[in-house]
Order: sequence, then C-alpha cells, then structure tokens
Amino acid sequence: MARFLSLLGRDLHLAQRHGFDSLLAVVFFIIAVVLFPFGVGPEPNILARIAAGVIWVAALLASMLSLERLFQTDYEDGSLELLLLAPLPLELVVLAKVAAHWLTTGLPLIVAAPLLAVLLNMNGAGFAVLVAALLIGTPTLSLIGAVGAGLVLGSRRGGVLLSLLVLPLFIPVLVFGVAAVDGAIAGFAFRSPLLILGGMLLAALALCPWASGAALRQALG
Amino acid sequence: MHRFANPTRFMRLSAALLPWTAGTAVALIAAGLYLALLGSPADYQQGESVRIMYVHVPSAWMAMFCYTVMAAASAVGLIWKHPLADLAAKATAPVGACFTLLALVTGSLWGKPMWGAWWVWDARLTSVLVLFFLYLGYIALINAFDDPTRGLKAAAILALVGFVNVPIIKFSVDWWNTLHQPASVFKADGPAIDPSMLAPLLLMGAGFTVYFLWVLMLRLRTEIVAAKVRALRLRQVRSGAPAQPSGAAPLGAEG
Repeated sequence: MARFLSLLGRDLHLAQRHGFDSLLAVVFFIIAVVLFPFGVGPEPNILARIAAGVIWVAALLASMLSLERLFQTDYEDGSLELLLLAPLPLELVVLAKVAAHWLTTGLPLIVAAPLLAVLLNMNGAGFAVLVAALLIGTPTLSLIGAVGAGLVLGSRRGGVLLSLLVLPLFIPVLVFGVAAVDGAIAGFAFRSPLLILGGMLLAALALCPWASGAALRQALG
Repeated sequence: MHRFANPTRFMRLSAALLPWTAGTAVALIAAGLYLALLGSPADYQQGESVRIMYVHVPSAWMAMFCYTVMAAASAVGLIWKHPLADLAAKATAPVGACFTLLALVTGSLWGKPMWGAWWVWDARLTSVLVLFFLYLGYIALINAFDDPTRGLKAAAILALVGFVNVPIIKFSVDWWNTLHQPASVFKADGPAIDPSMLAPLLLMGAGFTVYFLWVLMLRLRTEIVAAKVRALRLRQVRSGAPAQPSGAAPLGAEG
C-alpha cells in the first residue's frame, strides 16, 4: 500500500511539475463543447436538448487525448522497466498510474462540466446527475484507456491508433452516462443507468489493470 | 489439436483439404442461392425483399463466429505461445471484417423497404457497427509495429478485451426492445421459421462457414510462407550476403 501511494504521489508530483500540461485536456474539453453552439446554432432549446450528449462526447475525447502520455514517458526513459521489476505487482502499478491520470485530468473535467452545462442551457434537473454520472463514468474511461495506452507502446502513430482502439469500447459508458442525465431531465428514474455505470466501473476495475499489465509485459518483453 | 499445429504438417494437410473445402463451399452456396432466389416462396408481408435475409443473416452469424474464432485463437496464442494460433487470428480478422461489412450493408438495403430508413440507431445495429470498428482496430494494431510478433501479441490482448461485445450483440435484441427483430432460428423452443425458408438459410450459413474455413487455410498458408521468407531474408542480412532484390522494401525501410 505504501508503495502504491508513493507511485501515485510520484505521478501526481510529475503532473504538478509539468504544470499546465495536464490542464490541457480540460482546455480541450471546454473548447470542444463551446464549438457546438457555433456549429448547431445558438437556439437555446436545441442546445438544451443536446447538452448531455455533447458534454459526454467531449469528455470522452478529452480523456482519450491525455491517455497517450499515460505510459509513454515512462516507457521512453526506462522507468517502466524498473516498475516492472519493482516489488509492487504490475497490476497495481497500472492502477496507481490510472488513479493519478484520473485525478489530474478526469477530476478537472467534472469540475468544468456544470459550467459548460450552463453554457449549453441544460435543464437544472440534470446538473447533479451529470456530475454523479461523470464521477462514476470517467474512472471507467481511464481504466479502459489504460489497456489501449499499454497496447500502442512502441507502435508507429500511437495516438491515432489509440483512438481507434478505445473509442469503440467507450461507447457503453457514453450510452448509460447520457441516459442517466436525460432521464433526470425528463423526470424518469435515473437510478438504473447510474447503477449500470457503477457495474461497468467495478468490472473495469477488476479486469482492465490485468489486461493493461499484460499489454505492458509484452511491450517490454 | 496439437498434432495439427506443427506448421509443416499443417501445410501438408491444408494442401490436401483446400480443393475439397473450396468445392464444398461453392456447392453449398450454389444450392443455397438457388433455393433462396428461386426455390423458396416470397414472404406474405415482405414480398420478394425477404430474399435479402439469405445473405444478411448468415453474414451476421459469420461476423460473430469469426470474432469468436479470432478471440479463441488469440487466447491459445497467449496461453500456449503457439505461433500458428496467432497467425490464425491474424488471418481471420479481414475475413470477419468483410462479413461484418456485408451484414451491415445488406441490413441497410433491407432496412430501407422494411423500416423506411437505411440506418437506425437500434441496439443490434449499433453493436454490430462497434464490432466492425473492433475488427479495424485489431487489424490496425497488428500492422502498427515494425516487429511483426509485437503486433500479434498486442492485438491478441485487444481481441480478448473486445470479445465482451459478442454477447452484447447476441442479446441486444432482448435487452433493448428496438426495431431489429429477436432471434428466430436459435431459440429454446426450436426455429420459428417455415422449413421452406429455413433450408436455404441453413444452406447459406453452412456454405459461408465452409468458405471461411477455405479462405482461412489459404490465408494461413500465405502467412506461414511470408514468415519463412522473412526469416530467410533476416538470416541473409545477418550473414552479410547482399539481400536479393525481390521488389520488397529493404529491412527497416517500412514506415
């Protein structure tokens, strides 16, 4: 546990030292969402109708953008080889790095989301559920992304490839994330989509570190 | 199983089987097409357009079957480090992707007269579209590395992760009650389809399956030969002899 925390601390420290780098994902998130009123027109009713979906899709893309760096720097400077030899199981190494990634990119997205919901004229009933759904859903995205980030290590054009690998797997999170928010706005029960999101998070928590670890082992093999 | 996994033995066995599988596939598909287009009645509701089913449904079966084969071969390759299994998964992917595309296109052609739209965001259609993307991702990942074995290993992990989609496709029509009809052939209480239509459907399904086996053997043979050529060329380079000009790019010049 102490080793896990020290690795988590190291990655958070690195992110903090790079300062603005990890916030770039949030900046992208905001800009991507702001583009939509220009694209579909400023009609408040239309914006309110698509708000949940637009915010979710932008969050998906933003968390995917920052994934490429998840293992890349450690892979290039040799830290990953040392982490593989470390007394901490590789699955926990993955989990620590994913946690750091989510704290530095996922969490700021959730902070920014209500503000963007205001800009898109989202119905007030959806705000709390939007934040809750993002809180449950974005860690799942980071976990699935860790598998893709491990797989593309050492490949040509890793970034573009990563989007092809992980976006299809992100779709279930998107479906239920939007279903929860739209349900809350329309006055339906939003509990079951949130519970399904929670189930996906637990499944990803159990399976993804393992798959990602296998990917890292073969990358360093 | 292991007896057939030796590449040399596989080459010998597949050479003997190729003409038989090819002939069987052609015969089954020809018989199936005859029954589908001429020897079966038009549907009382859908009219002649029901005949799209005889290509659409077997393609969709094959799309899922090929992915299952790909995932199983990937698992064998990862667990028992079997080179032929990895190559079999690699050889299956483009065939499966083509069957998936065929299912999507024929479904679209069938959807227009039946539902009034080329495409609807129904759960079954969406999950099959995701399957198509998974095939593309798998093929892209295999080809993204300079070292071919690296690509095979990474793609094998991806194939196993993506397998979660196959049961989703199968049960999507039951979980989300949308436009696409539920299962009518593989049901607990037997097929709910008239024998005059079931016969061509099963013939086409069997024909597509044998065709897949034929193409899989053909592709696997090509993969083995290509791997041998690569090994020979590497040996040539290491021994310092000038590489033969073969029309292929020199080593290290790809990408």
